Amino acid sequence: MSADYAIEARGLSKHFGDLKAVDNLDLRVPRGQIYGFLGPNGSGKSTTIRMLCGLLTPTEGTATVLDTQIPGHARDLRPRIGYMTQKFSLFGDMTVFENLQFISEIYSFPKSGRRERVDELLVTYDLTEQRDQMAGTMSGGQKQRLALACAVLHRPELLLLDEPTSAVDPQSRRDFWANLFRLAENGTTILVSTHYMDEAERCHRLAILDHGVKVADGTPQDLQSDTGMHVIEVRADDPYAAQAVLHELPEVASVTQLGVRLRVLIPERHEHPLEIVASALADADVKAQSEIAAATLEDVFVAVTMDPEERRQ
Amino acid sequence: MKSLSRLGAIIKKEVRQLRRDRLTAGMVFGLPIIQILLFGYAINTDVRHLRAAVADEAGTHLSREFIADIGATQVVDIVQSVATPALLEDLLRRGEISIGIAVPQDFDRRVVDRSRAAAQLLVDGSDPTILGVANRLQTMPLGFVPGGQAGPGTARLETRAYYNPERRTPVNIVPGLMGVILMMTMMLFTAVAIVRERERGNLELLINTPVSSAELMIGKVTPYIVIGLFQLALILAVGRLLFDVPVRGSIVDLYVAGAAFIAAKLALGLLISTAVQTQFQAMQMTVFILMPSILLSGFMFPFDGMPVAAQYIGEALPTTHFIRLTRGIMLRDAALLELAPDFYFLLGFTLVAMTAAALRFNKRLD
Repeated sequence: MSADYAIEARGLSKHFGDLKAVDNLDLRVPRGQIYGFLGPNGSGKSTTIRMLCGLLTPTEGTATVLDTQIPGHARDLRPRIGYMTQKFSLFGDMTVFENLQFISEIYSFPKSGRRERVDELLVTYDLTEQRDQMAGTMSGGQKQRLALACAVLHRPELLLLDEPTSAVDPQSRRDFWANLFRLAENGTTILVSTHYMDEAERCHRLAILDHGVKVADGTPQDLQSDTGMHVIEVRADDPYAAQAVLHELPEVASVTQLGVRLRVLIPERHEHPLEIVASALADADVKAQSEIAAATLEDVFVAVTMDPEERRQ
Repeated sequence: MKSLSRLGAIIKKEVRQLRRDRLTAGMVFGLPIIQILLFGYAINTDVRHLRAAVADEAGTHLSREFIADIGATQVVDIVQSVATPALLEDLLRRGEISIGIAVPQDFDRRVVDRSRAAAQLLVDGSDPTILGVANRLQTMPLGFVPGGQAGPGTARLETRAYYNPERRTPVNIVPGLMGVILMMTMMLFTAVAIVRERERGNLELLINTPVSSAELMIGKVTPYIVIGLFQLALILAVGRLLFDVPVRGSIVDLYVAGAAFIAAKLALGLLISTAVQTQFQAMQMTVFILMPSILLSGFMFPFDGMPVAAQYIGEALPTTHFIRLTRGIMLRDAALLELAPDFYFLLGFTLVAMTAAALRFNKRLD
């Protein structure tokens, strides 16, 4: 058991009837880092987070969270982890201050420092003006800041965030991530699930989940340099025609349109990918410029979540 | 120590939310008062002044005296006189009268000849209480006898009502009503309380905190115990002031019985909330238990008059036992110990329901 990892999961599975929501997941989350779960809806992100904090019992497998065995000892873990639910779960009919106060009492935060801690959080999370506002009447961004403030009030070692930014605007998301980095700097380990690429790119490490299976993990840089695919960017006057041509090529694994550009993925075992694309387009009389591009996280995501049959041998 | 402070936090939050929830707060005060006024004033099984008509085909001195006697009871008001019994039937059918009194031509002879009924009451049998009234009129002694002597066959049946000599309905209703009102509010509030938190997502947050199931349940229930005891006082006070309902036994006994009943109902409410997923389902379940509790507990209809199967169901309902306790303590001056079986039932019921609720409610989502 390593002290370097906040979370170590071995063969974690959760089945709901015939559905394998999470299938044989191995996971290592280093301490003090922001670890991302990237995946579409229904890929098992929430289920995994719920298993890690003891809300759900795994069908198979175990995990060590902060040196505590899961399943079995989730109760000992509760004072040490903070959890932010996907849906706003604080009390809408209580004020911001009352919510924070309630959380401080629930976590038995030392009475002497309670008031100061709540005031400090109001300042840190920019809620001073909303102090006496009913939580239910606040905007999405404000609710999310309150939820984060409540999740970190008791200074947890591990923070589990389940799609925390799904209901907020881009500016709020940026501020939210600035807060997360500050927490990580102070030694908090953060596990955050998302379906936004730009958020995934900010994580120190991330795992990509698809249909309950971990299909890739590593730092964003490693994942981008190790896709196993050539990435060709094509600019065509008629992107639809170009797309139709490229779809027919046996070597091409996927074509994604981004405005007038197309991003084409070709498995690395094919040599001269640029020539394959350029000659096919020329043969079909489609005017286009093609060039080799660096893989983005989006390309990584497309590559690893691809149906194996679509990869075309 | 930590556990106590967490419990305190939950109670404080519950009270705070309850105070802000105007509708619920209104129900705490409004429901008992509205119910007691409704049952006290509107629902009156002591029927008087039923509209009646008479068809006096005899037209003799004796028949007129007979009709005057009936009118003097105040049970019926004779609003119309018609010529034939057929016209009485018309009036009944149109709902203009509830009772028709048909006096035949040979009335005088029939009074003497006791083998035949002297006169006939035509009754609107679609309303059971009116039928009851008719039965009372039927046994009404004919206070006059030809020749001025009481005949040997003059059956005179007198009814004496113990504990409620004036036969005032509120005196019967209020002790039972206490059970019904407490049942409604206690069970509904707790049944909804936990489900509401589940629906709003609060529960997912709470079960991830160090709060234990027991702390959460006790914390949620405690404010309602206080509310229940307050409602009990409110019902007693209104019953006293408006309807002069007595408390002949010990008020302490009454409160002890009340606390046991409140606990039983809260436990049942919690059990419901662990079994359902939405507030709507909680309401449905509550109504499902509410109906038999009102109908089979002896509150509306006499327990002994019910079929055996219904009595078995009634015996299983806490309300039945509580109503026996309140009627005993308030009206018959019974001590709680004399009614021990009913009291023990409430305690046992609480224990079973609470255990079942705690077992069903675990701090996990699956």
